Amino acid sequence: MQTLNTTLLIIGGGPGGYVTAIRAGQLGIPTILVEGQSLGGTCLNIGCIPSKALIHVAEQFHQTQQHHQLSALGISVSAPTLDITKSVEWKDGIVDRLTTGVAALLKKNKVQVIQGWAKVVDGKTVEVGDTRIQCEHLVLATGSKSVNLPILPIGGPIISSTEALAPTSVPKRLIVVGGGYIGLELGIAYRKLGVEVSVVEAQERILPAYDAELTQPVHDELRKLGVKLYLKHSVQGFDSEQNTLQVLAPNGATLNLETDQVLVAVGRKPNTQGWNLEALNLDMNGSSIKIDNRCQTSMRNVYAIGDLSGEPMLAHRAMAQGEMVAELISGKSREFNPTAIAAVCFTDPELVVVGKTPDEARTAGLDCIVSSFPFAANGRAMTLESKSGFVRVVASRDNHVIVGWQAVGVGVSELSTAFAQSLEMGARLEDIGGTIHAHPTLGEAVQEAALRALGHALHL
Amino acid sequence: MGTHVIKMPDIGEGIAEVELSVWHVKVGDMVVEDQVLADVMTDKAMVDIPSPVHGKVIALGGQPGEVMAVGSVLISIEVEGAGNVKESAQPAPIKEAPVVAPKVEAVVESKPVAAPAPKPAVCQGPMVARAADERPLASPAVRKHALDLGIQLRLVRGSGPAGRVLHEDLDAYLAQGQSNASTVSSAYTQRTDEQQIPVIGMRRKIAQRMQDATQRAAHFSYVEEIDVTAVEELRAHLNEKHGATRGKLTLLPFLVRAMVVALRDFPQINARYDDEAQVITRLGAVHVGIATQADIGLMVPVVRHAEARSLWDSAAEISRLATAARNGKASRDELSGSSITLTSLGALGGIVSTPVLNLPEVAIVGVNKIVERPMVIKGQIVVRKMMNLSSSFDHRVVDGMDAALFIQAIRGLLEQPATLFVD
Repeated sequence: MQTLNTTLLIIGGGPGGYVTAIRAGQLGIPTILVEGQSLGGTCLNIGCIPSKALIHVAEQFHQTQQHHQLSALGISVSAPTLDITKSVEWKDGIVDRLTTGVAALLKKNKVQVIQGWAKVVDGKTVEVGDTRIQCEHLVLATGSKSVNLPILPIGGPIISSTEALAPTSVPKRLIVVGGGYIGLELGIAYRKLGVEVSVVEAQERILPAYDAELTQPVHDELRKLGVKLYLKHSVQGFDSEQNTLQVLAPNGATLNLETDQVLVAVGRKPNTQGWNLEALNLDMNGSSIKIDNRCQTSMRNVYAIGDLSGEPMLAHRAMAQGEMVAELISGKSREFNPTAIAAVCFTDPELVVVGKTPDEARTAGLDCIVSSFPFAANGRAMTLESKSGFVRVVASRDNHVIVGWQAVGVGVSELSTAFAQSLEMGARLEDIGGTIHAHPTLGEAVQEAALRALGHALHL
Repeated sequence: MGTHVIKMPDIGEGIAEVELSVWHVKVGDMVVEDQVLADVMTDKAMVDIPSPVHGKVIALGGQPGEVMAVGSVLISIEVEGAGNVKESAQPAPIKEAPVVAPKVEAVVESKPVAAPAPKPAVCQGPMVARAADERPLASPAVRKHALDLGIQLRLVRGSGPAGRVLHEDLDAYLAQGQSNASTVSSAYTQRTDEQQIPVIGMRRKIAQRMQDATQRAAHFSYVEEIDVTAVEELRAHLNEKHGATRGKLTLLPFLVRAMVVALRDFPQINARYDDEAQVITRLGAVHVGIATQADIGLMVPVVRHAEARSLWDSAAEISRLATAARNGKASRDELSGSSITLTSLGALGGIVSTPVLNLPEVAIVGVNKIVERPMVIKGQIVVRKMMNLSSSFDHRVVDGMDAALFIQAIRGLLEQPATLFVD
């Protein structure tokens, strides 16, 4: 067995792990990164990026279909057809370019990448195959896995998001189990590709993590697209001979829903199994590793970042943690102390939540002003054929400091930048109201929401 | 929209001016009815000024530390409806200017300690003291810079909007002397930093009173040694027997009792001397001021009618007042009207102290620490618990003989504690 020595060892090459490695390389820290599958992790390979690619394909196809049927814009085209193999190739091309790019960045920063599955020996030793790696600092960044339902084991017609992102053919019918953001993003994309989509959700509304006002435009769009919603329904089992999914209706009746595929999207859980994490006997926080505000675990010089360290499981959180951990190891004084971390749902319409929602502000005992501005009154939204949705601001009543932004509408994911920045800079309503927002843009609704909170919106 | 002007209220009898201590609001803030606008200070009591109206603050009438005349404009608030200022007199005062004017003359024709020269670098506002869990408003770059410098942002005054901490504030904090920052440098480095602390509020009040007392009264101090073995035994016994039900006794209620009994024969010592009117007022009641150290400085809450209180009654009242004073909750009434003062530093009592009179009183009794000492009693050396009493008197009106006899009376009472309760 050969032994390697390094200062920093990172397990997992996803957004958390590879960013840690890049920053550590920049800081001159000898670094080894161990990855069992592909660099880029869930995000680049089977998550954020491929799903956005598929959503783009679906949107383009859907638009063309619209023009073929009844185009208010005066465009006429013949009926589009879809070669899903080519679509997947295009998506894979993007993924390849990005993962190759990550590999190049790691190389440029002199990070040694070792392909293989890591097995933890102790807080300073990890084995990969017949290589033993000794390190001073260990960063755990193994990410998360889809939660499986024992009654719906993945295989055949029952798929997880991974399979749904690499279809070989387009099914006629798809049932999505789980009305959270992953299920809805993929469900909507499949619907736009022409699939008959149903969504089964145990709670009484879709996107149950967010409030009803915010999710209503998404709910309306699902109706318009013809996605069947089975809310307050729970899955009982799958009959593989009849290809039917049994669900329990709120009235106690059992429904047999015929389908070709069932997509299980009921959440994600930290990936703590199969790499001998138990050897470290770290303090846990539920199913995730317990960390402090420097991502330090209960063992000295062992850090956990990203999904492995719990909610919110977001790539950008993992990257920020990774960058910080590398700087800490280099001897800088750092802490993970963001005012807010934006969460985006790439549904139709898109949904953004940054900072506190009105409910959260109330729960925290803050006396807040809540104000929203509808895209129905925004010129740019109209030119995008989008009238639903709004921007909503939550600000402290006493000093007008903004504590949260939410938006729902076409293209609002890009507003997350402005939202997060205003929160981190400690902006008050007057700051946003007093910033000239370019016309005609969706961003004007941001300014108007702030002005409306101050009692003088201009276009309402 | 109208303007509601709130004037500096008359807080206590005969007070013509009041010091503005802290603003709880600033221009532009929305305030609701009963929200506290400012703290003002009279004598030694801190008084909240609540808002009688809902509205928006449009002007503040003074700076913290300023002494303002009762009736001068404290704050102007923009309210729905008419307000209490005639529109013609105050044309839509959106700017501060028109309301500030009366303030200037209100800055008061008085006081050797002039209104503090503006020294902006030193922490003035209420913005420094943040709660432990309160997140200071600061941009990511400022937060990072603070971490690099080892500065706790919580301690830095934010001069930006809504108290936002700016890069300039970090610079100012550093310039102010890194005493608060965790400096890693050697303990033997030469230091050139200095800090200017404005003497305002409570500290100014204390300074004035102390100066006044030492300038006006002819202090005469007298120290006597007292054998407290017996009274300490009695105290221990009472605590053992009644501590659980009536509360623990310290030595203070015994001292209060001794003063009450001794003062029956020395009415000239339980008195107030008005040196301007040249009148001495002797009081039948014994109102004992208890000098108490609070975070913001020395306070003297008063145990009223000590002559009518039992040991436990006194003890409970002393404890209640001390807590109230330390928490800043003591009322103006509770902080004034004493006829004689008792001062004790407890275990830090030292051997001798020279207490400063609490004018217009004419006597103050100071307690030093209790120590076991070898004493000669009837030719034998025995270990006794000994304590010194260091007292000061206003020699203008209390003769040395009377003062000494008064202290000897107290000594007698404490050394024979049964006599404390014999009428």
